[in-house]
Amino acid sequence: MTGKKDFSAIYVIWLREIIRFWRDKARIITSLIQPAVWLFIVGRGLGSTFRGPVPGVDYMKFMFPGVIGMTVLFTSISSAVSIVWDREFGFLKEVLVAPVSRTAIVLGKALSGSTVAVLQGAMILLLAPLIGVALTPRSVLAALGLMFLLSFALSSTGILVAARMESMQGFQLIMNFVVMPMYFLSGAIFPLSSLPPWMKALARVDPLAYGVDGLKNVIIGVHEFSLVTDVAVILAMAAVMITGAVLLFNSEG
Amino acid sequence: METIVAKDLRKKFGKLVAVKDVSFAVQSGEIFGFLGPNGAGKSTTIKMLCTLLKPTGGRAWLAGYDVAAQPDAVRRSIGLVFQDPSLDENLTAGENLYFHAILYGIPTAERQERLGEVLRMVDLYDRRNDIVKTFSGGMKRRLEIARGLLHYPKVLFLDEPTLGLDPQTRAHIWEYIHQIRARAGMTIFLTTHYMDEAENCDRIAIIDHGELVAMDTPGELKRLVGGDLITVRSEDDEQLSARLQAAYGVTPARTPDGLRFEIDNGEEFIPRFVAAEHGHIKAISLRKPTLDDVFLKLTGREIREETLSGLDVMRERRRMRRHRTPHH
Ligand SMILES: Nc1ncnc2c1ncn2[C@@H]1O[C@H](COP(=O)(O)OP(=O)(O)OP(=O)(O)O)[C@@H](O)[C@H]1O
Ligand SMILES: [Mg+2]
Repeated sequence: MTGKKDFSAIYVIWLREIIRFWRDKARIITSLIQPAVWLFIVGRGLGSTFRGPVPGVDYMKFMFPGVIGMTVLFTSISSAVSIVWDREFGFLKEVLVAPVSRTAIVLGKALSGSTVAVLQGAMILLLAPLIGVALTPRSVLAALGLMFLLSFALSSTGILVAARMESMQGFQLIMNFVVMPMYFLSGAIFPLSSLPPWMKALARVDPLAYGVDGLKNVIIGVHEFSLVTDVAVILAMAAVMITGAVLLFNSEG
Repeated sequence: METIVAKDLRKKFGKLVAVKDVSFAVQSGEIFGFLGPNGAGKSTTIKMLCTLLKPTGGRAWLAGYDVAAQPDAVRRSIGLVFQDPSLDENLTAGENLYFHAILYGIPTAERQERLGEVLRMVDLYDRRNDIVKTFSGGMKRRLEIARGLLHYPKVLFLDEPTLGLDPQTRAHIWEYIHQIRARAGMTIFLTTHYMDEAENCDRIAIIDHGELVAMDTPGELKRLVGGDLITVRSEDDEQLSARLQAAYGVTPARTPDGLRFEIDNGEEFIPRFVAAEHGHIKAISLRKPTLDDVFLKLTGREIREETLSGLDVMRERRRMRRHRTPHH
């Protein structure tokens, strides 16, 4: 990193993604459909069969923070994975041959992925009144902060994986064997407390579980761990993953 | 002055040696062409010179900087137009250039002026606010060339600048290339597998299976063929072949069009030869040697056959890319 020029590179990479996001209204709408389906169809459907897993909180309310977590997860990962394609046939190639550091490229990519994920998550947050979740300015700020931390950690993870990936097939594999289990074990759909011990153990090492737990804490006031634990785990994950991604990108070629 | 120097440059991908100990030097202000069939190692060589791939062996210098040791200085000195598209198609032409200007640290005060300058040069100024997705293939290529020039590089690399474009656009792009050289004295390194286009270069290196097989001016290379190319058809090729060998000392090759051989001073040879053959000749034609013939002579293969299939592969690739949903 050499200062001003690298800062410009981070800015270019970030701005480009934000412009793309903003221009592709169809994608914004489409990416809101999946969470809406989870919330209003799966949530309502299961909610009418089972009692809410937490006393006093109905199922749709219970799922709400989890659906935000899901949106952040998928948005971060798919933003990171676009690297694979972009590096061969897109603008990223142009960035890689410019006189800017690899570190700046990774940071720009992680920041833009997180920004987009937060924007998507915030749009879901707007549905809160429909679910009957009461939000305060404080809880909204806390939720946005958590979303940003979580998506930065997840984007960094995605970049780390994408750094050495040569085809999109590899991505599918990772989606099926890592991302989906990560989501199901995060406590987004069912509470972790009622799980068998082996699943509980897995959930303990699922970083998304801490993200979802934190979101539940600030949005519906239900939690497994303390907020400090949640934030500490996500921060640690973010630090490890972004460092790994930077190292891997710098050693390429 | 030598702007590009490569010494025993080598690149291995696993067991495959894509570039085999290639050495050459490009003078400042020269248009230097790398000519070879698909998979010859042209793009791999460019990527090594542009710091995108680390050489497995050998060294290279660009504008005096070591490609392996001073990548940042090399990157500042070059502009690169990739073989595969590298524009952000969801941005406007102006935005693509604007981002490039920031990446290369062009001062804010100069940005607008330079943007206008390069866009006018490739006749895209009026389209600067249009999304690139709406551009034709030729327009995208021109925009990429404009972008490569934006930061006034010392060397401009063009990897297959005209691949898949129609003849008119190809001619246009060559006009730009000559203009750039004339105006700025920039060094231009390009790859192509269009033989006719390679004639535009000051010097050409022919590369095949990762090895340099020849390097010279187009004129000198064509002299390697050894005269004019005569193709002749007769009632009995077998006997004619024997007579050619006996009387003129040439060994003709059999082609679907008849017997083919090379001979000096073909224009004067034909009347003598036809008279001596007493009406055995059914058809005869003379052709000046082209770079295709040079390639055939040096490698024993036609570049065109492979080029065609390679082009199809490229088109296929591009089409698939276009069908892919716009990624994010
Ligand atoms: N990243 C890579 N990994 C493995 N093999 C590679 C890689 N890049 C290129 N190759 C191989 O190296 C050889 C040279 O490829 P290169 O792209 O340099 O050829 P080229 O002369 O540019 O061909 P074309 O005219 O098709 O662009 C080919 O056999 C190719 O398959
Ligand atoms: Mg190539």
